Amino acid sequence: MGKTLTEKVLGRKAGQDVRAGEVVTVSPDYVLSHDNSAAIIKEFRKLGVKKVKAPGKIVIVLDHIVPAADEKYAQNHKSIREFVAEQGIPNFFDINAGICHQVLPEQGFALPGLVIVGSDSHTPSYGALGAFATGIGRTETACTWATDEIWLRVPETMRIDLSGRMAPGVSAKDLSLKLIGDHGAEMANYKAVEFAGPSAHDFSVGARLTMANMSAEMGAKNGYFNPDDKALKWLEGRARQPFVAVSSDPDASYESVLACNLDGLEPQIACPHTVDNVKPVAAVAGKPVNQVLIGTCTNGRLEDLEAAAAIFKGRKVHPSVRVLVIPASWSVYREALKSGALAVLVDAGCVILNSGCGPCLGAHEGLLAEGEVCLSTSNRNFRGRMGHRDSEIYLASPATAAASAVTGKITDPREFS
Amino acid sequence: MSHGIVWKYGDNVNTDVIFPGRYTYQIMAPEEMARHAMEDLDPGFAATVKPGDVIVAGKNFGCGSSREQAAACLKAAGVQAVVAKSFARIYFRNAINLGLAVLQSDEAAERLETGDPIDIDLARGEIRSAKGTFHFLPLPASVIGIIEAGGLIEYTKRKLEEEQE
Repeated sequence: MGKTLTEKVLGRKAGQDVRAGEVVTVSPDYVLSHDNSAAIIKEFRKLGVKKVKAPGKIVIVLDHIVPAADEKYAQNHKSIREFVAEQGIPNFFDINAGICHQVLPEQGFALPGLVIVGSDSHTPSYGALGAFATGIGRTETACTWATDEIWLRVPETMRIDLSGRMAPGVSAKDLSLKLIGDHGAEMANYKAVEFAGPSAHDFSVGARLTMANMSAEMGAKNGYFNPDDKALKWLEGRARQPFVAVSSDPDASYESVLACNLDGLEPQIACPHTVDNVKPVAAVAGKPVNQVLIGTCTNGRLEDLEAAAAIFKGRKVHPSVRVLVIPASWSVYREALKSGALAVLVDAGCVILNSGCGPCLGAHEGLLAEGEVCLSTSNRNFRGRMGHRDSEIYLASPATAAASAVTGKITDPREFS
Repeated sequence: MSHGIVWKYGDNVNTDVIFPGRYTYQIMAPEEMARHAMEDLDPGFAATVKPGDVIVAGKNFGCGSSREQAAACLKAAGVQAVVAKSFARIYFRNAINLGLAVLQSDEAAERLETGDPIDIDLARGEIRSAKGTFHFLPLPASVIGIIEAGGLIEYTKRKLEEEQE
Protein backbone atom coordinates (compact mmCIF):
# COMPACT_ATOMS: atom_id res chain seq x y z
CA MET A 1 0.00 0.00 0.00
CA GLY A 2 1.14 3.52 -0.79
CA LYS A 3 1.93 6.33 1.60
CA THR A 4 0.85 9.88 2.21
CA LEU A 5 3.25 12.79 1.89
CA THR A 6 3.35 13.05 5.70
CA GLU A 7 4.26 9.36 6.13
CA LYS A 8 7.01 9.70 3.54
CA VAL A 9 8.52 12.90 4.92
CA LEU A 10 8.51 11.78 8.55
CA GLY A 11 9.64 8.27 7.60
CA ARG A 12 12.64 9.53 5.70
CA LYS A 13 13.60 11.81 8.54
CA ALA A 14 13.21 9.04 11.10
CA GLY A 15 15.12 6.59 8.91
CA GLN A 16 12.38 3.98 9.11
CA ASP A 17 9.20 2.88 7.42
CA VAL A 18 6.37 4.66 9.21
CA ARG A 19 2.59 4.68 9.09
CA ALA A 20 -0.06 6.92 10.59
CA GLY A 21 -0.40 6.37 14.32
CA GLU A 22 3.26 5.63 14.98
CA VAL A 23 5.42 7.94 17.05
CA VAL A 24 8.78 8.95 15.61
CA THR A 25 11.66 11.01 16.89
CA VAL A 26 13.13 13.26 14.22
CA SER A 27 15.73 15.94 13.84
CA PRO A 28 13.84 18.84 12.23
CA ASP A 29 15.28 20.80 9.31
CA TYR A 30 14.30 24.16 10.79
CA VAL A 31 12.94 25.39 14.10
CA LEU A 32 11.05 28.68 13.87
CA SER A 33 10.31 31.19 16.57
CA HIS A 34 9.44 34.89 16.65
CA ASP A 35 9.06 37.50 19.39
CA ASN A 36 8.30 34.64 21.75
CA SER A 37 11.98 33.68 21.44
CA ALA A 38 12.50 35.87 24.53
CA ALA A 39 10.36 33.48 26.58
CA ILE A 40 11.94 30.45 24.87
CA ILE A 41 15.41 31.71 25.82
CA LYS A 42 14.31 31.79 29.48
CA GLU A 43 13.23 28.14 29.24
CA PHE A 44 16.43 27.20 27.38
CA ARG A 45 18.53 28.66 30.24
CA LYS A 46 16.90 26.18 32.65
CA LEU A 47 18.28 23.21 30.72
CA GLY A 48 21.85 23.56 31.95
CA VAL A 49 23.50 23.65 28.52
CA LYS A 50 25.36 26.65 27.18
CA LYS A 51 24.93 26.21 23.46
CA VAL A 52 22.09 25.36 21.15
CA LYS A 53 22.82 22.12 19.35
CA ALA A 54 22.29 23.21 15.74
CA PRO A 55 22.37 27.02 15.38
CA GLY A 56 21.97 26.80 11.60
CA LYS A 57 18.55 25.20 11.97
CA ILE A 58 17.13 27.94 14.16
CA VAL A 59 15.20 30.65 12.33
CA ILE A 60 14.07 33.68 14.33
CA VAL A 61 11.83 36.32 12.76
CA LEU A 62 10.69 39.34 14.75
CA ASP A 63 7.17 39.99 13.53
CA HIS A 64 4.62 40.12 16.34
CA ILE A 65 5.23 43.58 17.78
CA VAL A 66 7.52 45.35 15.31
CA PRO A 67 8.81 47.89 16.01
CA ALA A 68 8.56 47.41 19.78
CA ALA A 69 5.43 49.11 21.14
CA ASP A 70 6.74 49.63 24.67
CA GLU A 71 9.70 49.04 26.96
CA LYS A 72 8.79 45.42 27.74
CA TYR A 73 8.65 44.49 24.07
CA ALA A 74 11.85 46.43 23.45
CA GLN A 75 13.56 44.44 26.21
CA ASN A 76 12.32 41.18 24.65
CA HIS A 77 13.72 42.15 21.26
CA LYS A 78 17.01 43.19 22.85
CA SER A 79 17.40 39.89 24.68
CA ILE A 80 16.68 38.01 21.43
CA ARG A 81 19.29 39.99 19.48
CA GLU A 82 21.87 39.31 22.23
CA PHE A 83 21.08 35.59 22.22
CA VAL A 84 21.34 35.43 18.41
CA ALA A 85 24.83 37.00 18.61
CA GLU A 86 25.92 34.83 21.55
CA GLN A 87 24.81 31.57 19.89
CA GLY A 88 25.91 32.44 16.36
CA ILE A 89 22.42 31.95 14.90
CA PRO A 90 22.75 32.88 11.22
CA ASN A 91 19.08 33.04 10.31
CA PHE A 92 17.78 36.06 12.18
CA PHE A 93 15.32 38.54 10.66
CA ASP A 94 14.85 41.81 12.50
CA ILE A 95 11.91 44.23 12.40
CA ASN A 96 12.28 45.00 8.69
CA ALA A 97 11.57 41.55 7.21
CA GLY A 98 7.92 40.62 7.69
CA ILE A 99 5.68 37.91 9.07
CA CYS A 100 7.54 34.65 9.66
CA HIS A 101 5.02 32.65 7.63
CA GLN A 102 5.73 34.82 4.59
CA VAL A 103 9.47 35.21 5.21
CA LEU A 104 10.24 31.47 5.47
CA PRO A 105 8.70 30.63 2.08
CA GLU A 106 10.16 33.70 0.36
CA GLN A 107 13.62 33.13 1.79
CA GLY A 108 13.69 29.49 0.70
CA PHE A 109 13.43 27.76 4.09
CA ALA A 110 10.00 26.25 3.39
CA LEU A 111 10.82 23.48 0.91
CA PRO A 112 9.20 20.24 -0.22
CA GLY A 113 10.07 17.24 1.91
CA LEU A 114 11.44 19.21 4.87
CA VAL A 115 10.34 18.94 8.49
CA ILE A 116 9.76 22.36 10.05
CA VAL A 117 8.50 22.96 13.57
CA GLY A 118 7.65 26.39 14.89
CA SER A 119 6.47 27.97 18.09
CA ASP A 120 3.51 29.45 16.30
CA SER A 121 0.19 27.81 15.57
CA HIS A 122 0.19 28.87 11.90
CA THR A 123 3.41 27.01 11.15
CA PRO A 124 1.42 24.53 8.99
CA SER A 125 1.52 27.27 6.31
CA TYR A 126 4.69 25.74 4.81
CA GLY A 127 2.72 22.71 3.69
CA ALA A 128 1.73 24.97 0.79
CA LEU A 129 5.10 24.02 -0.69
CA GLY A 130 5.05 20.37 0.34
CA ALA A 131 6.88 20.55 3.66
CA PHE A 132 5.72 18.81 6.84
CA ALA A 133 5.26 21.79 9.15
CA THR A 134 3.56 21.98 12.52
CA GLY A 135 3.22 24.21 15.55
CA ILE A 136 4.71 23.51 18.98
CA GLY A 137 4.92 25.37 22.29
CA ARG A 138 7.67 27.42 23.87
CA THR A 139 9.02 24.80 26.26
CA GLU A 140 9.18 22.29 23.46
CA THR A 141 10.98 24.78 21.22
CA ALA A 142 13.57 25.41 23.93
CA CYS A 143 14.15 21.66 24.30
CA THR A 144 14.44 21.24 20.52
CA TRP A 145 17.09 23.98 20.45
CA ALA A 146 19.04 21.98 23.02
CA THR A 147 18.57 18.47 21.65
CA ASP A 148 17.95 18.94 17.92
CA GLU A 149 15.17 16.41 18.09
CA ILE A 150 11.46 16.15 18.74
CA TRP A 151 8.87 13.38 18.98
CA LEU A 152 5.92 13.49 16.62
CA ARG A 153 2.96 11.22 16.14
CA VAL A 154 2.47 10.50 12.45
CA PRO A 155 -1.03 11.86 11.79
CA GLU A 156 -3.85 10.25 9.87
CA THR A 157 -4.77 12.19 6.75
CA MET A 158 -7.99 13.81 5.59
CA ARG A 159 -7.94 14.46 1.84
CA ILE A 160 -10.03 17.27 0.38
CA ASP A 161 -10.65 16.73 -3.31
CA LEU A 162 -11.10 20.06 -5.04
CA SER A 163 -12.95 20.17 -8.34
CA GLY A 164 -14.53 22.90 -10.43
CA ARG A 165 -13.50 26.53 -10.53
CA MET A 166 -14.05 29.53 -8.26
CA ALA A 167 -15.98 32.45 -9.73
CA PRO A 168 -14.46 35.96 -9.94
CA GLY A 169 -14.61 37.70 -6.56
CA VAL A 170 -14.28 34.36 -4.73
CA SER A 171 -10.91 33.21 -3.36
CA ALA A 172 -9.04 30.64 -1.28
CA LYS A 173 -10.10 32.43 1.91
CA ASP A 174 -13.77 31.92 1.05
CA LEU A 175 -13.07 28.24 0.42
CA SER A 176 -11.26 27.83 3.75
CA LEU A 177 -14.07 29.51 5.64
CA LYS A 178 -16.71 27.45 3.85
CA LEU A 179 -14.94 24.20 4.76
CA ILE A 180 -14.51 25.24 8.41
CA GLY A 181 -18.11 26.49 8.59
CA ASP A 182 -19.50 23.28 7.16
CA HIS A 183 -17.35 20.87 9.14
CA GLY A 184 -16.47 22.70 12.36
CA ALA A 185 -13.32 24.06 13.98
CA GLU A 186 -12.07 20.63 14.95
CA MET A 187 -12.80 18.93 11.64
CA ALA A 188 -9.17 17.88 11.32
CA ASN A 189 -7.97 17.87 14.94
CA TYR A 190 -4.62 16.00 15.20
CA LYS A 191 -4.81 15.17 11.48
CA ALA A 192 -2.98 16.05 8.29
CA VAL A 193 -5.11 17.76 5.66
CA GLU A 194 -4.19 17.18 2.02
CA PHE A 195 -5.60 19.60 -0.54
CA ALA A 196 -5.83 17.53 -3.71
CA GLY A 197 -8.14 16.79 -6.61
CA PRO A 198 -8.17 18.08 -10.20
CA SER A 199 -8.44 21.76 -9.21
CA ALA A 200 -5.57 21.79 -6.69
CA HIS A 201 -3.08 22.67 -9.42
CA ASP A 202 -5.08 25.82 -10.26
CA PHE A 203 -4.25 27.33 -6.87
CA SER A 204 -1.44 29.92 -6.89
CA VAL A 205 1.30 29.51 -4.30
CA GLY A 206 -0.25 32.45 -2.43
CA ALA A 207 -3.65 30.75 -2.38
CA ARG A 208 -2.00 27.52 -1.18
CA LEU A 209 -0.35 29.44 1.66
CA THR A 210 -3.79 30.77 2.63
CA MET A 211 -5.29 27.26 2.59
CA ALA A 212 -2.43 25.65 4.53
CA ASN A 213 -2.46 28.56 6.99
CA MET A 214 -6.19 28.13 7.62
CA SER A 215 -5.75 24.38 8.15
CA ALA A 216 -4.65 25.42 11.65
CA GLU A 217 -8.22 26.65 12.19
CA MET A 218 -9.44 23.15 11.27
CA GLY A 219 -7.33 21.85 14.16
CA ALA A 220 -4.90 20.21 11.74
CA LYS A 221 -1.40 19.15 12.70
CA ASN A 222 -0.25 19.94 9.17
CA GLY A 223 -1.96 20.96 5.95
CA TYR A 224 -0.41 20.66 2.52
CA PHE A 225 -0.53 20.54 -1.26
CA ASN A 226 1.54 17.91 -3.04
CA PRO A 227 4.34 19.91 -4.66
CA ASP A 228 3.77 20.34 -8.42
CA ASP A 229 5.48 22.25 -11.24
CA LYS A 230 3.89 25.48 -10.06
CA ALA A 231 5.40 25.08 -6.58
CA LEU A 232 8.80 24.05 -7.91
CA LYS A 233 8.89 26.97 -10.33
CA TRP A 234 8.06 29.38 -7.49
CA LEU A 235 10.99 27.97 -5.52
CA GLU A 236 13.52 28.53 -8.31
CA GLY A 237 16.12 31.00 -7.08
CA ARG A 238 14.72 30.85 -3.53
CA ALA A 239 15.58 27.37 -2.19
CA ARG A 240 18.48 27.54 0.27
CA GLN A 241 19.36 23.88 0.08
CA PRO A 242 18.77 20.83 -2.09
CA PHE A 243 15.51 19.03 -1.43
CA VAL A 244 13.60 15.98 -2.57
CA ALA A 245 9.97 16.68 -3.42
CA VAL A 246 7.65 13.85 -2.38
CA SER A 247 3.92 13.45 -2.96
CA SER A 248 1.23 11.11 -1.68
CA ASP A 249 0.93 7.85 -3.61
CA PRO A 250 -2.29 7.22 -5.54
CA ASP A 251 -2.96 4.20 -3.31
CA ALA A 252 -2.12 5.92 -0.02
CA SER A 253 -4.45 5.29 2.90
CA TYR A 254 -6.66 8.19 3.99
CA GLU A 255 -8.78 8.37 7.11
CA SER A 256 -11.42 10.28 5.17
CA VAL A 257 -11.97 11.97 1.82
CA LEU A 258 -14.13 15.07 1.35
CA ALA A 259 -15.34 16.09 -2.08
CA CYS A 260 -15.49 19.83 -2.60
CA ASN A 261 -16.79 21.46 -5.77
CA LEU A 262 -15.71 25.07 -6.24
CA ASP A 263 -18.39 25.93 -8.79
CA GLY A 264 -21.00 28.14 -7.22
CA LEU A 265 -18.95 28.94 -4.09
CA GLU A 266 -19.99 32.35 -2.75
CA PRO A 267 -17.95 34.84 -0.68
CA GLN A 268 -17.97 33.67 2.96
CA ILE A 269 -17.59 35.41 6.30
CA ALA A 270 -16.85 34.08 9.80
CA CYS A 271 -19.01 35.90 12.34
CA PRO A 272 -18.11 36.52 16.01
CA HIS A 273 -16.70 34.80 18.02
CA THR A 274 -15.56 31.55 16.40
CA VAL A 275 -13.95 30.76 13.07
CA ASP A 276 -16.58 28.13 12.31
CA ASN A 277 -19.51 30.55 12.67
CA VAL A 278 -19.54 31.02 8.91
CA LYS A 279 -22.23 32.49 6.64
CA PRO A 280 -22.35 33.72 3.05
CA VAL A 281 -21.35 37.40 3.01
CA ALA A 282 -24.77 38.16 1.54
CA ALA A 283 -26.44 36.88 4.75
CA VAL A 284 -24.81 39.56 6.93
CA ALA A 285 -24.51 42.31 4.30
CA GLY A 286 -25.30 45.77 5.63
CA LYS A 287 -23.72 45.36 9.07
CA PRO A 288 -21.71 48.57 9.74
CA VAL A 289 -17.96 48.20 10.37
CA ASN A 290 -15.56 50.55 12.16
CA GLN A 291 -12.25 49.07 11.09
CA VAL A 292 -10.97 46.92 8.24
CA LEU A 293 -7.67 45.03 8.42
CA ILE A 294 -6.09 43.79 5.20
CA GLY A 295 -2.95 41.74 5.81
CA THR A 296 -1.62 39.01 8.17
CA CYS A 297 -0.09 35.60 7.48
CA THR A 298 -3.40 34.54 5.95
CA ASN A 299 -4.00 37.28 3.40
CA GLY A 300 -1.20 39.85 3.22
CA ARG A 301 0.42 38.77 -0.03
CA LEU A 302 0.74 40.69 -3.29
CA GLU A 303 -2.30 39.03 -4.85
CA ASP A 304 -4.32 39.97 -1.75
CA LEU A 305 -3.26 43.62 -1.86
CA GLU A 306 -3.98 43.68 -5.60
CA ALA A 307 -7.45 42.17 -5.10
CA ALA A 308 -8.14 44.98 -2.61
CA ALA A 309 -6.60 47.62 -4.91
CA ALA A 310 -8.82 46.50 -7.79
CA ILE A 311 -11.83 47.49 -5.69
CA PHE A 312 -10.32 50.66 -4.17
CA LYS A 313 -9.19 52.01 -7.56
CA GLY A 314 -10.97 55.31 -8.17
CA ARG A 315 -12.87 54.96 -4.88
CA LYS A 316 -12.42 56.14 -1.30
CA VAL A 317 -12.55 54.49 2.09
CA HIS A 318 -15.94 55.25 3.67
CA PRO A 319 -15.61 58.16 6.13
CA SER A 320 -16.83 56.07 9.07
CA VAL A 321 -14.22 53.34 8.50
CA ARG A 322 -10.47 53.16 9.20
CA VAL A 323 -8.54 50.76 7.01
CA LEU A 324 -5.22 49.21 8.04
CA VAL A 325 -3.11 47.56 5.34
CA ILE A 326 -0.12 45.43 6.27
CA PRO A 327 1.96 43.85 3.50
CA ALA A 328 2.97 40.41 4.80
CA SER A 329 6.66 41.04 4.16
CA TRP A 330 9.04 43.69 2.94
CA SER A 331 9.34 41.75 -0.28
CA VAL A 332 5.57 42.01 -0.72
CA TYR A 333 5.81 45.68 0.29
CA ARG A 334 8.36 46.36 -2.48
CA GLU A 335 6.37 44.41 -5.07
CA ALA A 336 3.19 46.27 -4.17
CA LEU A 337 5.07 49.58 -4.50
CA LYS A 338 6.24 48.58 -7.97
CA SER A 339 2.87 47.23 -9.10
CA GLY A 340 1.12 50.43 -8.04
CA ALA A 341 -1.20 48.64 -5.62
CA LEU A 342 0.08 50.57 -2.61
CA ALA A 343 -0.45 53.92 -4.35
CA VAL A 344 -4.06 52.95 -5.03
CA LEU A 345 -4.56 51.95 -1.40
CA VAL A 346 -2.98 55.15 -0.06
CA ASP A 347 -5.00 57.32 -2.47
CA ALA A 348 -8.15 55.59 -1.26
CA GLY A 349 -7.30 56.53 2.33
CA CYS A 350 -5.85 53.29 3.75
CA VAL A 351 -3.21 53.41 6.50
CA ILE A 352 -0.14 51.36 5.52
CA LEU A 353 1.70 49.73 8.46
CA ASN A 354 5.08 48.01 8.80
CA SER A 355 5.10 44.37 7.71
CA GLY A 356 4.25 42.22 10.70
CA CYS A 357 1.31 40.75 12.57
CA GLY A 358 -0.16 44.17 13.39
CA PRO A 359 -3.28 44.19 15.58
CA CYS A 360 -4.25 40.58 14.70
CA LEU A 361 -3.14 39.25 18.07
CA GLY A 362 -4.29 42.25 20.03
CA ALA A 363 -1.00 43.72 21.19
CA HIS A 364 -0.68 46.99 19.22
CA GLU A 365 -1.38 48.99 16.06
CA GLY A 366 -5.11 49.49 15.92
CA LEU A 367 -6.99 47.75 18.73
CA LEU A 368 -10.75 47.85 19.11
CA ALA A 369 -12.81 49.81 21.62
CA GLU A 370 -15.90 48.44 23.34
CA GLY A 371 -18.65 47.70 20.84
CA GLU A 372 -16.51 48.27 17.74
CA VAL A 373 -16.68 45.98 14.73
CA CYS A 374 -13.67 44.95 12.67
CA LEU A 375 -13.70 43.10 9.38
CA SER A 376 -10.32 41.38 9.04
CA THR A 377 -8.57 39.17 6.51
CA SER A 378 -6.84 37.35 9.39
CA ASN A 379 -7.56 33.88 10.72
CA ARG A 380 -9.06 34.25 14.22
CA ASN A 381 -12.07 36.12 15.55
CA PHE A 382 -12.09 34.96 19.15
CA ARG A 383 -13.66 37.24 21.74
CA GLY A 384 -11.29 39.99 22.83
CA ARG A 385 -8.54 38.96 20.43
CA MET A 386 -8.10 42.39 18.86
CA GLY A 387 -9.02 44.56 21.81
CA HIS A 388 -12.03 44.98 24.10
CA ARG A 389 -13.83 41.77 25.02
CA ASP A 390 -17.06 43.32 23.75
CA SER A 391 -15.70 44.17 20.32
CA GLU A 392 -16.48 42.00 17.29
CA ILE A 393 -14.30 40.51 14.58
CA TYR A 394 -15.58 39.22 11.22
CA LEU A 395 -13.19 37.25 9.00
CA ALA A 396 -13.34 37.41 5.21
CA SER A 397 -11.32 37.70 2.00
CA PRO A 398 -9.33 40.78 0.91
CA ALA A 399 -11.98 41.51 -1.75
CA THR A 400 -14.81 41.44 0.81
CA ALA A 401 -12.68 43.58 3.15
CA ALA A 402 -12.08 46.21 0.47
CA ALA A 403 -15.70 46.27 -0.70
CA SER A 404 -16.88 46.69 2.90
CA ALA A 405 -14.32 49.46 3.51
CA VAL A 406 -15.74 51.42 0.57
CA THR A 407 -19.39 51.11 1.60
CA GLY A 408 -18.86 51.25 5.37
CA LYS A 409 -20.81 48.04 5.89
CA ILE A 410 -20.31 44.36 5.16
CA THR A 411 -20.59 44.02 1.39
CA ASP A 412 -20.40 41.20 -1.14
CA PRO A 413 -17.39 42.07 -3.35
CA ARG A 414 -19.17 40.79 -6.45
CA GLU A 415 -21.16 44.05 -6.37
CA PHE A 416 -17.96 45.76 -7.53
CA SER A 417 -17.09 43.46 -10.41
CA MET B 1 -6.14 10.95 44.49
CA SER B 2 -7.05 14.59 44.74
CA HIS B 3 -10.20 16.51 45.38
CA GLY B 4 -11.63 19.56 43.65
CA ILE B 5 -14.66 21.47 42.46
CA VAL B 6 -15.81 21.59 38.84
CA TRP B 7 -15.86 24.71 36.65
CA LYS B 8 -17.90 23.84 33.57
CA TYR B 9 -17.52 25.44 30.12
CA GLY B 10 -18.62 24.61 26.58
CA ASP B 11 -17.02 23.58 23.27
CA ASN B 12 -14.09 25.29 21.56
CA VAL B 13 -12.77 27.19 24.59
CA ASN B 14 -9.92 28.99 22.82
CA THR B 15 -6.53 30.21 23.99
CA ASP B 16 -7.52 33.87 23.59
CA VAL B 17 -10.22 33.61 26.25
CA ILE B 18 -8.05 31.41 28.49
CA PHE B 19 -5.14 33.85 28.32
CA PRO B 20 -5.69 37.03 26.27
CA GLY B 21 -3.30 38.03 23.49
CA ARG B 22 -2.77 41.45 25.02
CA TYR B 23 -0.60 39.78 27.69
CA THR B 24 0.95 37.07 25.54
CA TYR B 25 4.19 38.81 24.66
CA GLN B 26 4.82 40.17 28.13
CA ILE B 27 7.01 37.90 30.18
CA MET B 28 5.13 37.27 33.42
CA ALA B 29 5.67 35.37 36.64
CA PRO B 30 3.27 32.42 37.05
CA GLU B 31 1.31 34.16 39.86
CA GLU B 32 0.62 37.10 37.55
CA MET B 33 -0.44 34.76 34.72
CA ALA B 34 -2.88 33.15 37.15
CA ARG B 35 -4.59 36.51 37.73
CA HIS B 36 -5.54 36.65 34.02
CA ALA B 37 -6.70 33.03 33.71
CA MET B 38 -9.99 32.72 31.77
CA GLU B 39 -10.29 36.52 31.83
CA ASP B 40 -12.29 36.94 28.61
CA LEU B 41 -14.56 33.92 29.17
CA ASP B 42 -15.30 34.07 32.88
CA PRO B 43 -13.99 37.27 34.48
CA GLY B 44 -14.78 35.96 37.98
CA PHE B 45 -12.74 32.77 37.62
CA ALA B 46 -9.28 33.94 38.61
CA ALA B 47 -10.42 35.52 41.88
CA THR B 48 -12.43 32.52 43.11
CA VAL B 49 -10.72 29.39 41.76
CA LYS B 50 -9.27 27.19 44.51
CA PRO B 51 -6.23 24.92 44.38
CA GLY B 52 -7.32 21.48 43.18
CA ASP B 53 -10.30 22.71 41.15
CA VAL B 54 -10.98 21.10 37.81
CA ILE B 55 -12.08 22.61 34.50
CA VAL B 56 -14.59 20.48 32.59
CA ALA B 57 -15.34 21.40 28.99
CA GLY B 58 -16.62 20.09 25.68
CA LYS B 59 -14.87 19.57 22.37
CA ASN B 60 -11.59 21.12 21.18
CA PHE B 61 -10.46 22.72 24.45
CA GLY B 62 -7.49 25.06 23.92
CA CYS B 63 -7.97 25.68 20.22
CA GLY B 64 -6.23 28.66 18.69
CA SER B 65 -2.74 29.90 19.25
CA SER B 66 0.29 28.00 20.49
CA ARG B 67 0.66 30.25 23.54
CA GLU B 68 1.86 28.12 26.41
CA GLN B 69 0.51 30.56 29.01
CA ALA B 70 -2.95 29.16 28.28
CA ALA B 71 -1.81 26.00 30.04
CA ALA B 72 0.62 27.69 32.44
CA CYS B 73 -1.95 30.19 33.79
CA LEU B 74 -4.37 27.40 34.74
CA LYS B 75 -1.65 25.42 36.46
CA ALA B 76 -0.51 28.56 38.30
CA ALA B 77 -4.12 29.22 39.34
CA GLY B 78 -4.15 25.83 41.04
CA VAL B 79 -6.21 23.93 38.48
CA GLN B 80 -5.26 20.26 38.86
CA ALA B 81 -6.72 18.99 35.62
CA VAL B 82 -8.76 19.85 32.57
CA VAL B 83 -11.33 17.23 31.60
CA ALA B 84 -12.74 17.61 28.07
CA LYS B 85 -14.27 15.67 25.20
CA SER B 86 -11.21 16.56 23.12
CA PHE B 87 -8.26 18.94 23.12
CA ALA B 88 -6.63 21.01 20.41
CA ARG B 89 -3.33 19.36 19.59
CA ILE B 90 -0.85 22.09 20.51
CA TYR B 91 -2.68 22.69 23.80
CA PHE B 92 -2.51 18.98 24.59
CA ARG B 93 1.27 18.94 24.04
CA ASN B 94 1.82 22.17 25.95
CA ALA B 95 -0.17 20.96 28.94
CA ILE B 96 1.77 17.72 29.15
CA ASN B 97 5.06 19.55 28.71
CA LEU B 98 4.16 21.74 31.69
CA GLY B 99 2.69 18.96 33.83
CA LEU B 100 -0.99 19.99 33.65
CA ALA B 101 -3.19 16.88 33.48
CA VAL B 102 -5.40 16.84 30.35
CA LEU B 103 -7.99 14.07 30.52
CA GLN B 104 -10.41 12.98 27.81
CA SER B 105 -13.81 11.69 28.84
CA ASP B 106 -17.03 12.28 26.89
CA GLU B 107 -19.18 11.05 29.73
CA ALA B 108 -17.60 13.21 32.42
CA ALA B 109 -17.80 16.21 30.10
CA GLU B 110 -21.51 15.56 29.55
CA ARG B 111 -22.54 14.84 33.12
CA LEU B 112 -20.46 17.07 35.36
CA GLU B 113 -21.61 20.61 36.11
CA THR B 114 -20.17 23.69 37.82
CA GLY B 115 -19.94 23.17 41.57
CA ASP B 116 -19.81 19.35 41.49
CA PRO B 117 -17.18 17.99 43.91
CA ILE B 118 -14.99 15.33 42.26
CA ASP B 119 -11.95 13.20 42.93
CA ILE B 120 -9.40 12.39 40.24
CA ASP B 121 -7.26 9.28 40.39
CA LEU B 122 -4.61 9.61 37.69
CA ALA B 123 -3.07 6.24 38.42
CA ARG B 124 -6.37 4.38 37.98
CA GLY B 125 -7.67 6.61 35.22
CA GLU B 126 -10.82 7.51 37.16
CA ILE B 127 -12.90 10.55 37.91
CA ARG B 128 -15.25 9.95 40.83
CA SER B 129 -18.29 12.05 41.62
CA ALA B 130 -21.78 11.77 43.13
CA LYS B 131 -22.96 11.32 39.52
CA GLY B 132 -20.84 8.26 39.01
CA THR B 133 -17.31 7.14 38.16
CA PHE B 134 -15.98 8.11 34.76
CA HIS B 135 -12.93 6.70 33.02
CA PHE B 136 -10.55 8.73 30.92
CA LEU B 137 -8.40 7.67 27.99
CA PRO B 138 -4.91 6.64 29.07
CA LEU B 139 -2.16 9.00 27.96
CA PRO B 140 0.07 7.83 25.09
CA ALA B 141 3.12 5.87 26.21
CA SER B 142 5.39 8.37 24.49
CA VAL B 143 4.45 11.12 26.92
CA ILE B 144 4.48 9.17 30.15
CA GLY B 145 8.25 9.63 30.52
CA ILE B 146 7.78 13.39 30.27
CA ILE B 147 5.06 13.43 32.91
CA GLU B 148 7.03 11.14 35.22
CA ALA B 149 9.96 13.53 35.01
CA GLY B 150 7.68 16.43 36.01
CA GLY B 151 7.54 18.12 32.63
CA LEU B 152 9.63 18.47 29.50
CA ILE B 153 12.29 20.80 30.92
CA GLU B 154 13.21 18.31 33.67
CA TYR B 155 12.97 15.39 31.24
CA THR B 156 15.27 17.07 28.72
CA LYS B 157 17.68 18.23 31.39
CA ARG B 158 18.13 14.67 32.61
CA LYS B 159 18.56 13.41 29.08
CA LEU B 160 21.23 16.00 28.32
CA GLU B 161 23.05 15.16 31.56
CA GLU B 162 23.04 11.47 30.66
CA GLU B 163 24.47 12.28 27.23
CA GLN B 164 27.31 14.24 28.79
CA GLU B 165 28.28 11.48 31.22
